Amino acid sequence: MGISNIWVFAQVANGAPTSGSLELVTKARTFGGSVSVWVAGDGAAVAGALGEYGASKVFAVDYGQNLAGVSVASAMKATIDGGESPDLIMFPQSYEGRDVMARLSVKLGRTVLTNSVDIEAVGDSVAATTPIFGGNTLVTTTFTGGAPYLAAFRPKSFNPEASGGSAAAVQAVSVPDLGATGTAKITAVHVEETTGPKLDEANVVVSGGRGLGESANYAMIETLAKLLKGAPGASRAIVDAGWVPYSYQVGQTGKVVKPSVYIACGISGATQHMVGMKGSKNIIAINKDKEAPIFGIADLGIVGDVHKVLPKLIEALQSL
Amino acid sequence: MNVIVCVKQIPDPANPGALDASSNTLKREGKLILDESDSYGVEMALQLVDAAGGGEVSLVSMAPNSETAGLRTALAMGAAKAVLVSDPALQGSDALTTAKILAAAIQRLGGADLIIAATESSDGYTGTVPEQIAEVLGLPSVTFAKKVSIEGGVLKANRQTEEGYDEVTCPLPALISVTAGVVEPRYPSFKGIMAAKSKPVDEVTAADLGVTPVGWAGAGQQISNIAQAEARAAGEVIEDDGETFGKIVTFLEGLKVI
Repeated sequence: MGISNIWVFAQVANGAPTSGSLELVTKARTFGGSVSVWVAGDGAAVAGALGEYGASKVFAVDYGQNLAGVSVASAMKATIDGGESPDLIMFPQSYEGRDVMARLSVKLGRTVLTNSVDIEAVGDSVAATTPIFGGNTLVTTTFTGGAPYLAAFRPKSFNPEASGGSAAAVQAVSVPDLGATGTAKITAVHVEETTGPKLDEANVVVSGGRGLGESANYAMIETLAKLLKGAPGASRAIVDAGWVPYSYQVGQTGKVVKPSVYIACGISGATQHMVGMKGSKNIIAINKDKEAPIFGIADLGIVGDVHKVLPKLIEALQSL
Repeated sequence: MNVIVCVKQIPDPANPGALDASSNTLKREGKLILDESDSYGVEMALQLVDAAGGGEVSLVSMAPNSETAGLRTALAMGAAKAVLVSDPALQGSDALTTAKILAAAIQRLGGADLIIAATESSDGYTGTVPEQIAEVLGLPSVTFAKKVSIEGGVLKANRQTEEGYDEVTCPLPALISVTAGVVEPRYPSFKGIMAAKSKPVDEVTAADLGVTPVGWAGAGQQISNIAQAEARAAGEVIEDDGETFGKIVTFLEGLKVI
């Protein structure tokens, strides 16, 4: 027994598995069993990359206009009913990952553990570790029911490392009749274009928060990010206020970033935000309030007005 | 049109959370408040019912100690009634059990044209319960909706994705989870607060709903360890004197970023 048959749901973006998915395949390999990967969409396009990270098989679900969550969950259930018996199914903590996991959870009568950052085998079960209270406490939870165990992981929990395997074999899995649950249909797909490095892959991230005062001042964040060849980010407060798109959000419900340098401008450091950036190698914070929690984790803290500090910093960098 | 909103009553996030030493669950004995994430769903429901020209907004919630403080806030905003599931047996319930309980509470209200939840709670943030409720009830769902309207009895929503968003249509009845910021929640008026005091809250137990097993007994998980994470130490904090930008430049140069 033990954990010998592992499934990973991989999120595919722009025709390639996301790094968050490849890190799960890497981690799945360490259990020493077989690793199969599920993708929503074209399996052949990603079989090479997934094989290189240790997947032996790719289950590809062509979901058409249906939502990926209910489609993949139903296909997984049908495959399990057909005789496959995964011990552990790993999901990225992404939109699709959570939807697939939630639907499957009910279909299989199995609970879920989410927001995990680590996992280990404990006999025939597994234990997953989740940070709570903004990351200052780590809770380890062991599954007590039968397999398969369903767990979702935060991005950057593991390091993706290729194992040099050959392309994974692709098996197409059709979507069973979804009944009423399949009546939601995708009518249009919109991709938000971004220039410069991706937020969760950039070496430098410059984020702005409510302290910027008004939407127009976010331009300073973009200028600074560009000068440092980095990516602009944002706190949830200004995303909720509609200043920048959701794709800019750093935090618990946004992106988790671990750049070499993170510059927080006018961000007080709510738990929600800190969870998403405290893994950065170096943190610079500029904030008016010297009591702001962000100063508790900053390597360099400037107690000052972003409207005064940022223009001077930008000018200094432009003259270099 | 009738809409049911799933709301959670949580400890005030302004106070640091703590774990109960004996049960390892989040302490919830103090006064609970309406999760701010849920205020968007309540507002959305009120607006959709208004636009439909009739119907009402109902609430379902699961909370210990017959807690209604958060429900009263949502009732003061304009919801008509609530079902509260409060039962000591529910302590330790996992996300799946929570979804079954809320689904049963929704059925107790006779279902609705639309069920709304937040994408995740601000204290537990599992982020799967809305989609689990949809599956328990056999409903279609649109999760992570950031724009919602109903046209000719069909739901239209923009659903957040990793790369942007999808436009989705869905017939009713359906379930949606809405992101923060989807609408601007109203503040309860004085009149609303007074009216909320006499609005009906139907309090039930898990047994009343016919859901068993629940709590620790029904949870497919148990907490095996709790540890403190390595703390990140604070560095140098300096007051801006008009020249501190130079400190940042030096710091960045030291890291060879510039």
